[in-house]
Amino acid sequence: MPEPARAAAREPVRGAARDVAVVAFAQSGHVRDSAATSEVEMLLPVLHDVLAQTGLRARDIDFTCSGSSDYLAGRAFSFTMALDGVGAWPPISESHVEMDGAWALYEAWVKILTGEADTALVYAYGKSSSGDVREVLTRQLDPYYVAPLWPDSVALAALQARALIDAGLTDERRPAGTAARRRGGPVRPPGEYVVAPLRTGDCPPVVDGAAAVVLAAGDTARRLTDRPAWIRGLDHRIEAHSLGVRDLTDSPSTRLAAERAGAFERPVDTAELHAPFASQEVVLRRALKLDGPRGAHVRINPSGGALAANPVMAAGLIRIGEAAARIRRGESDRALAHATSGPCLQQNLVAVLEGDPRPGTGGQPEEGQ
Amino acid sequence: MSEVLTAPLVVEFPFTRSLGPVQSAFLTGLRERCVLGVRATDGRVVVPPVEYDPVTADEIRDLVEVGTGGTVTTWAWNPSPRRGQPLAAPFAWVLVRLDGADTALLHALDAPGPEAVRTGMRVRIRWAAERTGAITDIACFEPAEGDRTVHQPQAHSGEFDDPLTGITTPARLDYTYSPGRAQSRYLQALADHRTIGERCPSCRKVYVPPRGACPTCGVATTTQVEVGPRGTVTTYCIVNIKARNLDIEVPYVYAHIALDGADLALHARIGGIPYDQVRMGLRVEPVWTDGSRYPDHYRPTGEPDADYDSYKELI
Repeated sequence: MPEPARAAAREPVRGAARDVAVVAFAQSGHVRDSAATSEVEMLLPVLHDVLAQTGLRARDIDFTCSGSSDYLAGRAFSFTMALDGVGAWPPISESHVEMDGAWALYEAWVKILTGEADTALVYAYGKSSSGDVREVLTRQLDPYYVAPLWPDSVALAALQARALIDAGLTDERRPAGTAARRRGGPVRPPGEYVVAPLRTGDCPPVVDGAAAVVLAAGDTARRLTDRPAWIRGLDHRIEAHSLGVRDLTDSPSTRLAAERAGAFERPVDTAELHAPFASQEVVLRRALKLDGPRGAHVRINPSGGALAANPVMAAGLIRIGEAAARIRRGESDRALAHATSGPCLQQNLVAVLEGDPRPGTGGQPEEGQ
Repeated sequence: MSEVLTAPLVVEFPFTRSLGPVQSAFLTGLRERCVLGVRATDGRVVVPPVEYDPVTADEIRDLVEVGTGGTVTTWAWNPSPRRGQPLAAPFAWVLVRLDGADTALLHALDAPGPEAVRTGMRVRIRWAAERTGAITDIACFEPAEGDRTVHQPQAHSGEFDDPLTGITTPARLDYTYSPGRAQSRYLQALADHRTIGERCPSCRKVYVPPRGACPTCGVATTTQVEVGPRGTVTTYCIVNIKARNLDIEVPYVYAHIALDGADLALHARIGGIPYDQVRMGLRVEPVWTDGSRYPDHYRPTGEPDADYDSYKELI
């Protein structure tokens, strides 16, 4: 889809005056049903873990931002209950997005870029086991023309999968994400059709979980960790509202976000893609130019990706956290992380992360890494 | 550890939404078996119509009538229809490009099985017997092989008798609510007419009701502390307006009560004393009624009032 004309006036924030890095990442175990714990009880160990990695206490954090959804909890202002976990006592500076935590990270990044904060705690959680997530997600659809039909999240992803088969980009006998998952996480058996052509092995297990990252600026980041994962670019874009207007085999918003984040300027060695459904990974690999010779040396979803575990509202933040963790461990020099929200890759966020040059590498990723 | 409580939770709303001019024309049109689209800035006909161009975001109002037959652009076979979906028997979800349209509409296709469905197949609208002006006025699509009628979009005023100005879309979601460990312990203790709080290991304050975390320090609270049953009124208000479905005579007093040993005040009704004699510092105790999981109200104990200094931090 052509880019809206007025978007040209918006300059990317890349190249801004401050360097911002992910300095810590933690996530919970992902469980099918977390009825034994409330949201804040699930979140607390993750918050303690991520803060302990930096030596910071909750009260030392300049800005706190969270991502979650009232529709998963079935309760208004549900994020306020989880706020107890960060010591929500004045004068805390705090915000919340009703989206995946990757978008909370975007807000925190902007907050640090403005100079109003040097450190930020970003967390996200989802306890989708308390409801029926396939039905819950129908409530984010167009309420006039689509939501009254109650098309569930698997049905919409299945329409996209069929469009990919018809376009010859994948085929029905071979689950679309298998090749990628063989490189990364475990390969699951194809299983029964949920909504054909998607089988159970092409759909994410619905799990409850939480994740958190700490962001820090410049020298603060260097003080808090040996190898910060610097955010070199971060951008998010959205597709047209109606599914029938879109080409479901493509993701122009992912491509545009990646371009604005600087993803295509130099090759990456790692890509963490938020593709809850196997077929969506095909769309993302194409949009991000990870197929073919250019992508031959890219590790795609070494964490196993969202198809291995999809804690709704946290899975996108986990992609950024996993990419950053690889950089911090020295397993990556330049990584791309992607997060999505909404049906059929409606909204997409791309982050480009880099580690400082290491001795002997010249700062460039080695071939074949 | 005590058992974690769960309970069914139903969230249900009859969402009432107003319609803009384009949505109103489209949904009123469905009631009259007429499908309208809108011409976008680039000349494409968008069905179902939108008020703002999907690419340029310009306001668009140029309505056209399109055909009631069309072509499947993509589909998915749904072997297990769910509550609220258009058909009760297995069906195909389809995106259909109606004749004369350039975009596709999402709906259900009534077909005997997945082998009877393919991309590119011809289908037509099956109208609902009773139509109210909703997307469900299209009951579903049905196969219409051989129907090759070419339909050119026709300009349409969008005007109908008795146009719709709004729709009501009921929605219901079912949950199993779980309050987690800390609140389960609190509720289970209440069933035994005991009140428990939890102490923060950092600031030593006792929170009641406990939620498993100290909201000041941001650390987990794990030590249970029995508080009360007696307490002190820290502040109060006099309620003069009768709440619907609440069988309590007005005026009555609603108060914050610091239970003995707690560092956070609960709120509850005060009874057993004329409303205009309730005061800060009044010592009170809970009154339980049979079968209730929480005190019905608090009444004076007859003790001397508490010193202001003993509760001023809890106001």
